[in-house]
Amino acid sequence: MAIRTQPVTALQATGGVFALLVVLVILGPLAAVIWRAEGLSGLRGADWAAIRFTLLQAALSALLSCLAAIPVARALARRRFRGRTTYIALLGAPFILPVIVAVMGLLAIFGRSGWINRALEGIGAGQIEIYGLLGVVLAHVFLNLPLATRLLLQGWLAIPSERVRLAHALNFSPSDMRRHFERPLLAATLPGALLIIFLICSTSFAVALILGGGPAATTVELAIYQAFRFDFDLGRAAALGLMQVAICVAAGLLAWRFAGAVTFGSGLDRPAMRWPGDTARARGFDVGVLLLAGLFLLLPLLTVAAEGIGAVFSLPLSTWEAALRSIVLALASTALAVGLALPMALLIASHGRRLGLEAVGLLSIAVSPLVVGTGLFILIFPVADPVALSLPITGLVNALVALPFLLRALIPAVTAAEASQGRLADALGMAGSARLRHAILPRLRRPLGFGAGLAAAFSMGDLGVIALFSAPGQETLPLEMYRLFGSYRTNDAQGAAVLLMALSLGLFWLFDRGGRVNAAA
Amino acid sequence: MKLTTPLIAAGCSIIAGAAFAQTPVLTVYTYDSFNTEWGPGPQVEQAFEEVCSCDLQFVSAGDGAALLSRLRLEGPRTEADIVLGLDTNLTAAAVEAGLVAEHGIAAEGLTLPVAWDDPHFLPFDWGYFAFVHRADLEDVPTSFEELAASDTSIIIQDPRSSTPGLGLLMWVQNAYGERAGEIWEGLSDNVVTVTPGWSEGYSLFLEGEADMVLSYTTSPAYHLIAEEDDSYTAAPFDEGHYLQIEVAGIVATTDVPDLAAQFVEFMLTPAFQEALPTTNWMYPAALEAEALPEGFETLIEPGEALIFPAETAAEMREDALATWQSALSQ
Repeated sequence: MAIRTQPVTALQATGGVFALLVVLVILGPLAAVIWRAEGLSGLRGADWAAIRFTLLQAALSALLSCLAAIPVARALARRRFRGRTTYIALLGAPFILPVIVAVMGLLAIFGRSGWINRALEGIGAGQIEIYGLLGVVLAHVFLNLPLATRLLLQGWLAIPSERVRLAHALNFSPSDMRRHFERPLLAATLPGALLIIFLICSTSFAVALILGGGPAATTVELAIYQAFRFDFDLGRAAALGLMQVAICVAAGLLAWRFAGAVTFGSGLDRPAMRWPGDTARARGFDVGVLLLAGLFLLLPLLTVAAEGIGAVFSLPLSTWEAALRSIVLALASTALAVGLALPMALLIASHGRRLGLEAVGLLSIAVSPLVVGTGLFILIFPVADPVALSLPITGLVNALVALPFLLRALIPAVTAAEASQGRLADALGMAGSARLRHAILPRLRRPLGFGAGLAAAFSMGDLGVIALFSAPGQETLPLEMYRLFGSYRTNDAQGAAVLLMALSLGLFWLFDRGGRVNAAA
Repeated sequence: MKLTTPLIAAGCSIIAGAAFAQTPVLTVYTYDSFNTEWGPGPQVEQAFEEVCSCDLQFVSAGDGAALLSRLRLEGPRTEADIVLGLDTNLTAAAVEAGLVAEHGIAAEGLTLPVAWDDPHFLPFDWGYFAFVHRADLEDVPTSFEELAASDTSIIIQDPRSSTPGLGLLMWVQNAYGERAGEIWEGLSDNVVTVTPGWSEGYSLFLEGEADMVLSYTTSPAYHLIAEEDDSYTAAPFDEGHYLQIEVAGIVATTDVPDLAAQFVEFMLTPAFQEALPTTNWMYPAALEAEALPEGFETLIEPGEALIFPAETAAEMREDALATWQSALSQ
């Protein structure tokens, strides 16, 4: 892919400009914080401990999320059953939950007075203790297993059905399937999935602290929070922000080293068919995996839903207004994120060094929203009232944070489409928008729908920078929910959480559904 | 991109609204929960606008600590005329940064349990920190030492990210001084977890994750009055209870100093004070006990009110934090 006779198209050039813009919007605020602080402060011993803990828990969380996702994605790829699409859609729910809600759901199952401990108590066994590194990793796997599964599943779904047919004809055994299909596809998708989940977990703050059980579970993000809010030590906050950039770049380079390329050749875009070499044991295994994953991911959500559903219809008016505002904001963020991601994906896919450029997109999840938000505030404050711009800024930042998910979904698909259709398109002299419309876009429907769904759900559920800029009457639903939790109104807050969960899932389903038409068989 | 149009329109209408305002505007920076539909904000705004012929605008900025860093970030160019919602653990930093002017008001009729003579800030409400528990909890500890020796489980907040968490740090420091580290080490096996803020901690407690949670002596009043549930109470501690006093000050760079002074004075009148008990769930700073709503008489009365002067609290924070962190990290 490194040598292309194709000239860089206008759209790809736009992608380059966008990539530059993204870097500016993320690193500009960081630079602004450094400028305002008049230099960086040195890191303290406690900060280094926080960095170590952050790396450890993020690496463990990413590894376990992805390892657990492999059997789940495989089972979903090779099984067809009623309710499969619903299962896949619901599976995505934990990822888009606000942190506090996810934690409450998990504790309802694994907590001190959760189901498991009550059951253990019932049979007179000892208690399990969730608080500690185990709890942090468990919660991160809960939150990120769905994303990992979907990212890996994209890899499986990218196998042309013609190849599977060929495997049938050649009477492939399960180990042949592993060697010829699964290993290469995992080599292509795993590094990217590991990277993105590692970075998500590396900015974790509330989950790590609450489930970590004490100050030993201090992350970089908490140290930044403290530096900004209690110490007003902007120099230290900026130094820690730079450390996040360094972690992101290092992790990106590492993942890039190990990333393989997908080489399944082309097909006619027909739906995949049953895998060869299926056995009763494999079926039983897949059923078991899907059941376990379903229970692990859905039970906590069901307890949250059960506790809050009663309060939904008595929510204060302001909550409904906030919900409406959040929907509009999520749609705007999604439109913006798709507009940014598509040209960037085209550019990145046409380059050999895929992950290098992709790291640009990853910066937005690796750098603390608090640093970006504060930096934007410093930049905007001299020229305009940041509070009056709170919604557009939140929308912009949400779009940037959603960008990596879209890129991760789009890039492999663009690469595959170019690999399968590029030569024909070249032969036909198709370039620019005609090439995009006829050769590329039709093959992006599924990843585009998935990525847009993630972006929408994510901007719906994320608190983002609105907490820093909020103007009266401009609250989003997550902010409203946090405020309800913050004034004893736990019942209303749980109702708002259910509303938020339903809206996020609804948006995700709408977009994702649109993209899944050709995977129906 | 059509979807962004309503957003831009909303942004423009706010700017336009500000530009065409005829009456003077008083901008009050406060923490999030003060200015919500169910907080004191709306009542206070209505009552003050009836007497001031001005437009009172609240701007919310996270919690007390976020409020202070927002003001510091904006510096002399801030729009704020009043900062409302810092507590005495934060005021020294605000004064040191030159953010607040002296109020020049002789505050009379304050109903705080301690004397008040801060020239920069005036209190609007206060509360005692306390561990809240369900009424049916057995062997309720009556001191930190007893708590440390017991197997009663507690949820606390992180002093690095939460004002109640910082309050607890000061409480132990005030009650035990040099022995604070020892107390924290004793408490470490009682602490189920440390939450970033009050709301996460309190929600976890309500879910049954611990026997007690750090909150206020007034928390049971919420359950009693708003939910008609009398099954929550606070544990009185022999050492006395540390105070949180929430204050407001006039921002040094205000362009409406007279209006700002009028607001701070208004803050201590019944029109403002009576809104507080059942919206902020704290004790009003200038309202006699008889005027408190029914239900407040059921709350525990701590023997001794503990508090550090603002400067002492600021000086002692870093060391106390290091002690806390090393005791709980083991």
